[in-house]
Amino acid sequence: METILGIDYPTLWFLVVGGLFSGYAILDGFDFGAGAWHLFFNKEENRRIALNAVGPVWDGNEVWLVIGGGALFAGFPVMYASLFSAMYTPFMLFLLFIILRAISIEFRGKEPMKWWKKTWDICYSISSIMLAFLLGVVMGNILGGIALGPDHNYVGSGFFEFLNPYALMTGFTTLFLFMSHGAIYLLLKTEGKLYEKLKLLLKKGMIFFMVSFGITSLYTLLYYPHLSDDFSHNPGLFVVPLATFLSIANVPRLASKGKYRMAFVFTSLTISLMMVLVAVELYPTLLFSTVDEAYSLDIYKAAASDKSLGIMLLFVAIGGPLVLGYTVFVYRTFRGKVKLDEHSY
Amino acid sequence: MDVEILARIQFAFTVAFHYIYPPLSIGLGLLMVIFEASYIRTKDDTYHKLAKFWTKIFALTFGIGVVTGIVMEFEFGTNWATYSRYVGDVFGSALAAEGIFAFALESGFLGVLLFGWNRVKPWVHLVATIGVFLGSMFSAVWIVVANSWQQTPAGYHIVGEGMEARAEITDFWAMVFNPSSVDRLTHVWLGAFLSGAFLVLSVHAYYLLRNRYVELSKTAFRIALIVALVFSLGQLLTGHHSADGVSVNQPAKLAAMEGHYENESPADLYLFGWVDQGEETVHGLGIPGGLSFLLAQDFDHPVKGLRDFAKEDRPTQVNAIFQFYHIMVFIGTLLILLSVVGIFMLKKERIFKMRWLLWIFVFAAILPQIANQAGWFTAEMGRQPWVVYGLLRTSDALSVAVSANQVLFSLIMFFLIYLLLFLLFVYLLNKKIKNGPYSEDDSDDDRPHTREITEVLTGKY
Repeated sequence: METILGIDYPTLWFLVVGGLFSGYAILDGFDFGAGAWHLFFNKEENRRIALNAVGPVWDGNEVWLVIGGGALFAGFPVMYASLFSAMYTPFMLFLLFIILRAISIEFRGKEPMKWWKKTWDICYSISSIMLAFLLGVVMGNILGGIALGPDHNYVGSGFFEFLNPYALMTGFTTLFLFMSHGAIYLLLKTEGKLYEKLKLLLKKGMIFFMVSFGITSLYTLLYYPHLSDDFSHNPGLFVVPLATFLSIANVPRLASKGKYRMAFVFTSLTISLMMVLVAVELYPTLLFSTVDEAYSLDIYKAAASDKSLGIMLLFVAIGGPLVLGYTVFVYRTFRGKVKLDEHSY
Repeated sequence: MDVEILARIQFAFTVAFHYIYPPLSIGLGLLMVIFEASYIRTKDDTYHKLAKFWTKIFALTFGIGVVTGIVMEFEFGTNWATYSRYVGDVFGSALAAEGIFAFALESGFLGVLLFGWNRVKPWVHLVATIGVFLGSMFSAVWIVVANSWQQTPAGYHIVGEGMEARAEITDFWAMVFNPSSVDRLTHVWLGAFLSGAFLVLSVHAYYLLRNRYVELSKTAFRIALIVALVFSLGQLLTGHHSADGVSVNQPAKLAAMEGHYENESPADLYLFGWVDQGEETVHGLGIPGGLSFLLAQDFDHPVKGLRDFAKEDRPTQVNAIFQFYHIMVFIGTLLILLSVVGIFMLKKERIFKMRWLLWIFVFAAILPQIANQAGWFTAEMGRQPWVVYGLLRTSDALSVAVSANQVLFSLIMFFLIYLLLFLLFVYLLNKKIKNGPYSEDDSDDDRPHTREITEVLTGKY
């Protein structure tokens, strides 16, 4: 097996996919989160400002999903096939809401009638909530494992099995994390009364997040030994959950001082650290089988050939800095508070 | 109905819907670059208005393209799990390249393109427009390469057996430049340019007929007409090359396109006809030896018929393939004719007085769309019963874990939500066209956006 710096290709690609999904969660996380709060804003003007805060970036953020999905398909085709065909219905619902959300953003501003705007506001907000929640549910099922049979095919009973208590908890945790993250993003983009209101909303979001994160962590420790095993074998790994807790605790501290830019950095960091936590808990497994441990998919069983992974790693090495470059350029162009102009939604 | 039929209907439906938008984005992208570059070169505000106007319409097609594209990607995994495992290793590098080099480029600069008019210098904005346009062209590269690999696999070897079998890449460049990629890619690109050019022609012909934005529309019409002429003629070439390639690499598909069951020499070229699949004959009007001549410049060149292939290895929907193919060719010819007549009538601006011809251009926007769809259906149905030609059958490519009911549910869901999406598209397109490139009541250059700004302030937007 080929290696770079002693790390084999599937592991490197595992890191790439993890990095891409962290990037996706940070980016679409704040715009789902901002959308989830939408109905809490009462005035029409506030709703427009909130919408236009994500206006220039939501489309681009979603492209990260395409890229992350592509990276998973490309590097771990067996995982991609097994997971997506197993969780058929949740993924289809995800698609439904992602399209509905896009439709709502585009439709809402196009007619002046109150009922028209209200309908699309509700649609936009519910879609944003459901998308964040479903992402968490998928993550919960990946962590908890699914009924994977002998040829990597799902043999379980379907949709309702995926809505188990653990997955629901990870769903809520993700939702509240994204809502806190989104509120901070909006704080950076707004002024006046809306700004004051968001301060209160952020507090609520953080409390809900911390409670659900606590429950999920306890749940993991008590009921999913396969996830916490790694930590007892290798106590050094405790650094990761420790850093996660510190990073979370830092958010309300910074928020109370009004340092929202730093707070945003720390919610982003929290999201990344939680992804690292997931990665540590899983590695080298990608998908646990609840039927028989022998049917679980690890990165080696799921990976593409070393040849293919080698080519793709080269692409990442060339393309990664490019992507980073123009992402920074775009965010710099649109930094600062939202000003509505003739190009706004 | 069984899972296979439902999954195929779902994929065909979602991909056909998706394929309305990316070609428009690519084609409009080209025209936006031309308009904006002309503005920077000449400082003529007409071009600036055109670039801004078409950017708004581009934004619409781009947005729908992204969301419907996510659906396609997910469907590989949800509905075609066995296929995904089989092709993942080969497609992987193409998809990774698409994501990193194309999508990221497109989406990165999109924000600047749409919302950056007042925030960056004109030339920076042009760079963003070019970035988005190139990104959309690159996206087409990798997805067409992947699809072409399904038509003419190359640069791989098969590892494992039975359910575990999969194709693994051995030579990246051989995979990228598989025998059909270049022909099919250029054909797809030109089809995209044509759909963009004819939409521009249509909208500005409409303005001319309504006596609105007259000078600006004349400018846009001229430019788009030249683009249409160049690429409709070019399409003859790429189409011819593609057909040549099909005759060598996928003879069963070529036989179905022309409805030939017997090995023939000379082989006729049908202008139109009807395939009787029971009798295995074609009723129609053909040019004797025409197909032989086109393929080999020799009227007696032998062409393989469908009966030469085992029944389970040939496409079943021969008449449909025949008709789709002929619709595409017919429209291709029509587009050349329209462009040539248009260019000819451009002398002394005669065309702008010929209302009937302008009306034809108004409705002609639909033609490249139909041709693109028909061509796509020809390519994909002609490949059947294989999903990867000669290697993996469509019936073996399905997800084992998915039931017919699940697919039926998602099919209905897509049908409804795409209906909504399509209504949205038509509604917004109509609205943007009605609003026009600028306000005519208040068009002096000192205050170009007054109306729009008041609309924003009064919450009309």
